[in-house]
Amino acid sequence: MRPLLMTQFSTANPLGLGRAATLAALRERRGGLRAMDLDGVALDTWIGRVAGVEEEQVLARLAEFDCRNNRLAQLGLRQDSFDAAVAQARAHYGPERIAVLVGTSTSGMEHCERAYRQRDPHSGALPGWFKERYSLNLFSVADFVQRYLGLSGPAASISTACSSSAKVFASAARMIEAGYADAAVVGGVDSLCLTTLYGFDSLDLLSRLPCRPCDAGRDGISIGEAAGFALLERPGREEGGVALLGYGESSDAFHMSSPDPSGDGAYAAMQFALQRAGIAPGDVHYINMHGTGTPANDRIEDRAIFRLFGASVPCSSTKGWTGHTLGAAGIVEAIICALCLEARLVPGTLNLDRIDPAFASCVTAAAETRDLRYVLSNSFGFGGSNCSLLFGRPA
Amino acid sequence: MNAVYLESVGILGPGLPDWATARRVLDGELPHRAELPRPDPPQLPPNERRRIPQLVRWALAVAHEALAGGERTAAEVAMVFSSSSGDGEIVHKLCEAVTAPEREVSPTMFHNSVHNAAPGYWSISTGSQQRSVALCGHDASFAVGLLEAVALVLSEQASVLLVACDLPFPEPLAALRDITLPFGVALLLSPVPGKRALASWRVSLGAGPEPARFPHMLPAALATNPAAQALPLLAASRGGTAQTVSIVYVGDRHMTVETSPCR
Repeated sequence: MRPLLMTQFSTANPLGLGRAATLAALRERRGGLRAMDLDGVALDTWIGRVAGVEEEQVLARLAEFDCRNNRLAQLGLRQDSFDAAVAQARAHYGPERIAVLVGTSTSGMEHCERAYRQRDPHSGALPGWFKERYSLNLFSVADFVQRYLGLSGPAASISTACSSSAKVFASAARMIEAGYADAAVVGGVDSLCLTTLYGFDSLDLLSRLPCRPCDAGRDGISIGEAAGFALLERPGREEGGVALLGYGESSDAFHMSSPDPSGDGAYAAMQFALQRAGIAPGDVHYINMHGTGTPANDRIEDRAIFRLFGASVPCSSTKGWTGHTLGAAGIVEAIICALCLEARLVPGTLNLDRIDPAFASCVTAAAETRDLRYVLSNSFGFGGSNCSLLFGRPA
Repeated sequence: MNAVYLESVGILGPGLPDWATARRVLDGELPHRAELPRPDPPQLPPNERRRIPQLVRWALAVAHEALAGGERTAAEVAMVFSSSSGDGEIVHKLCEAVTAPEREVSPTMFHNSVHNAAPGYWSISTGSQQRSVALCGHDASFAVGLLEAVALVLSEQASVLLVACDLPFPEPLAALRDITLPFGVALLLSPVPGKRALASWRVSLGAGPEPARFPHMLPAALATNPAAQALPLLAASRGGTAQTVSIVYVGDRHMTVETSPCR
């Protein structure tokens, strides 16, 4: 595929607000997880909360979109001069030529849960302030982002569980290649809600400690919330920087919530990303794993990586820092890859004391500084939805 | 913009039990009968089948019809799934569960709640490891899905099965969303016309014209179902001449489809 430059990107995640805070936390090995402290939630687990999301006030002209997820989206859009960069691109390309593609798994579900707590005791009716379109509906977040940025091109919310905001990159590349847009704002926003917390608990997938990806004693995920955005465009208006060079997608065809033990789907997604970028496995300098910290995911991902890359490419999971931000994980880790490419940083893995002795790939715990040219990011979701993204610094 | 080709159709809606019937209704050859169909149970082991949510049943039924007897198998086509509201029954039960004192969530219901449950079960039941995506565009969900599918066909020269499906919400959510009749449609789109191609479509986004009128022989209540926005386009694609159809897109924009019959 023809490269797409990430000419601007921004994030709000449990490590802090903005790129600098995120990179500093990676360098200083400062995690963003804390013991469960949401009001009235008695689960024995750790979570990644974004500071300031409760206080964020959505723009007055978009007040009807107010909910935790759209507050988080706005907090992300306000970081790193992202909205200003989009305004420049809008002036250059025209608002109708910039697509908005946002990944989310639960959108405003938290708002719907609030509404259910206030049902009329007699009729069962939901309170009048609750509007499906502006919160619960999955499109709410893409609608909000498009209006916030004053854009009018192609728009969609993409919702494929934990691969949602990796898939937005593939969708953007296709939209631009097919001629429906000249540039795209891609993003991912997912916010903490009872449904995901108790849902993952029902599947016995929550760790009681901060998650420990690839550790011999790993026992599940820590759920986080995050927003991230990137502006993608062809070289020309700007040059240099980090580019999306390839994407690869596949389905497991195995089970709704358990990954395929063969790892064939994960392998295929990574291979397609390499093919599309025209890059050999040995050219990749770092792999940011999906690495959720569940026994099955990390074991299967390790095997698939080893099968394709052998034991020479350093790989690690950054979910020990951020938690698993679900529908936002793809973009958060794409941004981490971009930051690492710029900073020549292989971040290693947080909370990893003893690498699972059964692992064969080159999982790293400690950070190292090295020249990075190509990095791969993996995202795998429920329904067996796999997506791998290849980023690099174009020649 | 290059054309994509409509190869085949799967359909399920009130009085529209399959494409063979629906096309005759759209042509005015058969009167419309307001019977609600029930989707056939999907091809899965009984214990798996039991756990399949309603929306997935509808999606899989239309997807299978679109591929039946054609040149393409499930393993050869990517899936684009689009729905405005997902499975309202599941949203309702999850919200009730997490706001009840016990907060007991069914693990099966939780994993079935993902928006990509339909492509997930499609992949599991057919063994297809093809890529898929699941999208939402509120009232414009059909056009949003169609644009994603067309961009995939054109950019990757791939055959794509677009599935759009929306079902009414249960109470109390039903009061918030004007979807009173269920509808699902599957469209197999390809980059080059196959032997049975029905129409060529050129798809673009613009400021107008106003969306096409909903086919007059169908119940007016179906017109508010986001997935049913496929029906004016399918009706025009049945005509013997080239036509231009406008469909609701996001914001105040419209999608324009120039459809021409394939011989």
